Amino acid sequence: MQIYLPIAEVVVNAFTLVGLGGIVGLMSGLFGVGGGFLITPLLFFIGIPPAIAVATGANQVVASSFSGVLAHVKRKTVDFRMGWVLLAGGLVGSSCGVILFNMLSRLGQVDLVVQLCYVLFLGLIGAMMLQESLRALHRAKRSGPVKPMRRNQHGWVHRWPLKVKFRASGLYISAIPVLMVGCAVGVLGAIMGVGGGFIMVPAMIYLLGMPTKVVIGTSLFQITFLSAYTTLMHAIFSNTVDIMLAVLLIVGGVIGAQIGTSFGARLRAEQLRILLALLVLSVCGRLALDLFLKPDDLFSLTPGVIG
Amino acid sequence: MMLRAILVLLACALPVSAQEATAPAAAEQIVADLSRDDVDITTSFDGSDIIIYGAIKREQPIPQDAPLDVIVTVEGPARAVTVRHKERRLGIWVNTGKVSVASAPNFYVVATTRPLAKILYQDEDYRFRISVPLAIRAFSGAAEVDDVVPYTEALVRLREANDLYRLDDGAVTLAEQTLFRADVRLPANLIEGLYATRIFLLRDGRVIDTFRAPIEVRKVGLERWLYRLALEKPFLYGIMSLALAIAAGWGASAAFRQLQRR
Repeated sequence: MQIYLPIAEVVVNAFTLVGLGGIVGLMSGLFGVGGGFLITPLLFFIGIPPAIAVATGANQVVASSFSGVLAHVKRKTVDFRMGWVLLAGGLVGSSCGVILFNMLSRLGQVDLVVQLCYVLFLGLIGAMMLQESLRALHRAKRSGPVKPMRRNQHGWVHRWPLKVKFRASGLYISAIPVLMVGCAVGVLGAIMGVGGGFIMVPAMIYLLGMPTKVVIGTSLFQITFLSAYTTLMHAIFSNTVDIMLAVLLIVGGVIGAQIGTSFGARLRAEQLRILLALLVLSVCGRLALDLFLKPDDLFSLTPGVIG
Repeated sequence: MMLRAILVLLACALPVSAQEATAPAAAEQIVADLSRDDVDITTSFDGSDIIIYGAIKREQPIPQDAPLDVIVTVEGPARAVTVRHKERRLGIWVNTGKVSVASAPNFYVVATTRPLAKILYQDEDYRFRISVPLAIRAFSGAAEVDDVVPYTEALVRLREANDLYRLDDGAVTLAEQTLFRADVRLPANLIEGLYATRIFLLRDGRVIDTFRAPIEVRKVGLERWLYRLALEKPFLYGIMSLALAIAAGWGASAAFRQLQRR
């Protein structure tokens, strides 16, 4: 069924969009990532103009992560206090990121910076997670019952002032590193046009030392609000949110997110992390190929006048 | 239909003859109409076919010495576009050069009775801007590259690949040197605006008469309402998008809880 999108001004197949939304929703429910790093490149691929893809992708992420959060709230795996602090940092970071993005586009080459950011961060995080979770899985296999992951209990982040008790995470740490993580992810998210879940999740596990079970719900909670903010900014300042496109993606997305969440409850944390690591690495590989392989056509068209 | 044809003719013939007064006082003139002069974009819009038809009016008998041909063009609204070129730098492919085109129609089709190069002199082509590459008009700012030509060629090539620019040799049928008809397919990826139809009557490579008529393409119904809302009340539109997302997220969550309880 072909459908004409009022803002994007292109015709696309409605079922393709529902399918895309479903895949991304599944990832979202499984791993606690918003899926922005998947949906945006996928929308480019089917011919949605980039600006529309980024803004509408954010709107879709709101729906799928909200659906995911509700499921996690039911299972009591959301650390609300941690979520709010991360969000406060995230909003600041996101605003800074938008300013930085505009500066970069005035200098030209913003596309290259974005692409390099993707390859660098996805590659780094994917490799780290894969290595760590493979080791954990190996350990678990050898010693039978799963041992709790040894957390960096007395690292540098635990000696800072402004200590806050994050009960759901079982942590008593300073709020400053939490704000910093939120802010850094916000900056990167705004530049890369994503919610930042794929950076947030490993940062929460490895930098803040949160238990994996709580990480996903909390990350989704924070992403819901951050991408709602991004969507609103895009709708107001660039008129690039296509509600028709969003509805189709959302229909697939919310269903996918629910299925993903119930799958996630049955998988072991290490297995989940290995799957996420593989996914992150494959997206990274795909983007790296674009940089290194000769493109089909050396010329490309971008609407409007640039620079 | 006949009455409308006459009205359209009256409305268009006057400015045309004033504009192109340099064309020789035509012994042969175009009388034409379109099967429709407005196209509505609805949610299920997947393109539209327009028939451009007409006749050649003349007082004298048909001249036999020079061949008669008809060219029909349909041109969409012009928008700015930037053409960029990639080169390999330090092992990776980077956009290096760019050319900003201030005004290029987003849709342009040329239909002819016979191959364009055979029926139209080049100076006439330049004068009336008929062939596809001439549809691209203005460059904005000083060119940053030495040679603009590969960029404009790329623009035409990429748009042709998307079926947005097209040259249809032989798509106009001409009967008895009097009746002609062209079927033009407007693709699904249309943007809103006024599309200009031009008909050129040629004898021996020279344009002897022209005819113009507009086609109005616009969004209607839900498409129009959403488009207007997004532009005129962006805050409300943004809130609406979010409310929809939240409601859908909550709805799916509630529905799955129901399913699992069973």
